[in-house]
Amino acid sequence: MIRILSVLLACCLALPVLAQGGPLRIEITEGVIEPVPFAAPAFVPETPQAAEVARQITEVVAADLTGTGLFRRIGPDAFISQVSDFNAPVAYPDWRAVNAQALVTGEVAVQGSALIVRFRLHDVFAGQEMGSGLQFQGTVESWRRMGHKVADVVYSRITGEGGYFDSRVVYVSETGPKDNRQKRLAIMDYDGANTQFLTDSSAIVLAPRFAPSGDRVLYTSYSSGRPRIYLLDVASVSTRALDTEAGSMSFAPRFAPDGRTVIFSQTQDGNTDLFTLDLTTGTRQRLTSAPSIETAPSYSPDGAQIVFESDRSGSQQLYVMPATGGEATRISFGQGRYGTPVWSPRGDYIAFTKQNTGRFHIGVMRTDGSEERLLTASFLDEGPTWSPNGRVIMFTRETRGASGEANLYSVDISGRNLQRIPTTGGASDPAWSPLQN
Amino acid sequence: MKKSITAFALCAALGAAGCTNPDRFAAGGAGAGGLGAGADGGIGTSVLDPSSPAYFQQAVGDRVLFAVDQSTLNDAARAVLDGQAAWLISNPEFTAVIEGHADEQGTRDYNLALGARRANAVREYLVSRGIAGHRLESLTFGKERPIAVCSDETCYTQNRRAVTVVAAGGLTS
Repeated sequence: MIRILSVLLACCLALPVLAQGGPLRIEITEGVIEPVPFAAPAFVPETPQAAEVARQITEVVAADLTGTGLFRRIGPDAFISQVSDFNAPVAYPDWRAVNAQALVTGEVAVQGSALIVRFRLHDVFAGQEMGSGLQFQGTVESWRRMGHKVADVVYSRITGEGGYFDSRVVYVSETGPKDNRQKRLAIMDYDGANTQFLTDSSAIVLAPRFAPSGDRVLYTSYSSGRPRIYLLDVASVSTRALDTEAGSMSFAPRFAPDGRTVIFSQTQDGNTDLFTLDLTTGTRQRLTSAPSIETAPSYSPDGAQIVFESDRSGSQQLYVMPATGGEATRISFGQGRYGTPVWSPRGDYIAFTKQNTGRFHIGVMRTDGSEERLLTASFLDEGPTWSPNGRVIMFTRETRGASGEANLYSVDISGRNLQRIPTTGGASDPAWSPLQN
Repeated sequence: MKKSITAFALCAALGAAGCTNPDRFAAGGAGAGGLGAGADGGIGTSVLDPSSPAYFQQAVGDRVLFAVDQSTLNDAARAVLDGQAAWLISNPEFTAVIEGHADEQGTRDYNLALGARRANAVREYLVSRGIAGHRLESLTFGKERPIAVCSDETCYTQNRRAVTVVAAGGLTS
């Protein structure tokens, strides 16, 4: 399933690289109220057999952009001019007339099992291209990824941020009644497409987490009868138990940015502490030894610090400490309980779950605990995971009652654009991959 | 579940010897079930073997309950556990896995740790009552296996529990 897509500057297009800084620009941090209108006429098929996939790729690009809440698509019915030749000059006045600020044009070729997508982004009101035309090449089966890659470039050029569409999410698929829920690991594209199950439901599985390279997944499973952490290779779907102490229980694993150190919680005699395990040497290290609960650890992107939750103060709160252990500094001070902290891949925020007066929230705060901002509120929201660009958070929302069901939602860090992620059946514990290569 | 606690309250009043009396408690429990069944009748009239896991579960009481976010054993819980200890002493070939659980009002990881705390509180109490530690294993299910599925306190109070599951023979791990 993993395929390498080559990203090439399209030499045949001979396009000049234009200076950035034109009027077409979205500052995400300033809070976009009015989405930028864009047009994405169906990409032009180079041959008739490419027509269907060209249309599908266009729809993926448009759905990615619209799904951010930052863009609004102008429907083809409004178009004055059509794009039937990718290399013909663009009739900018026609696109201005329908108020499209951005225009994405493309061309798709199928050559045997190979798929080639070329596209250009146009700043309609400036009447020029925004950046160079690009070409992506992959297999026909990877057509959705090609669309995501196009959308990532468009998003990135207009916002100045990294994209997040060519990414995957590993999560726990849920079926069955609440008192006998069947859980299994699943992986899908960030938008819910291409779901693949990674385990069966013979044992409870919890909280999968990607390796920084996206090729492996840590998770917790009861397959031995006790909660224990496992490492799964995504490509081969092979799994192995990690070496944790006999008689103990382990859970809440997460990779360090180095991709070889795993941090996790281990419970011995009822007490839960933080440990690390070096996957290469098998060396274990204890990081905490308090009688309180220490769990849900997450590394800073530079690997120097970890944020975790502890009830050492008497209630669940967030703490930051050096990655090697040592003195921990409490960073959460608001009302209620705080858990499941996750450091943003950009290093600028920590996302968390907050529980207060019978409600659950997903929130973000600066890494020193300042500027706390709650993004959601519901009966039960928990377990945030960051998009690769640190601008969107996915999490679990569970509805109340006997028929309560868990589903995945996303929200951007300004608290806007709350969306349910389509999954087959219930879903919980999402973990967002890094951008794919 | 409420029935077994009631049964045990009687037990406690009568002392540990009374608890292991099969005639009084197994018959009593089954009788109550028979009455409840009404016209259909005819169920549950057999006497439970006092050395059976079913007897432990129904007559001794296999679980204790906890307050919100707590792992402290209250008087009622200690009374149930005294009965469990007596049964385990009388039935030395049995081992027990103590499963700690939490209600859904908490994050997943924290609830795993909380369930482990609850299981361990029970384990330590049973050890203090003379049960060898090697016969007792604690396990947490966090909020993964509620027995009551509503989303209010009537269910939460049943889910904040530690259940002692007895089995003949050794522990697996």
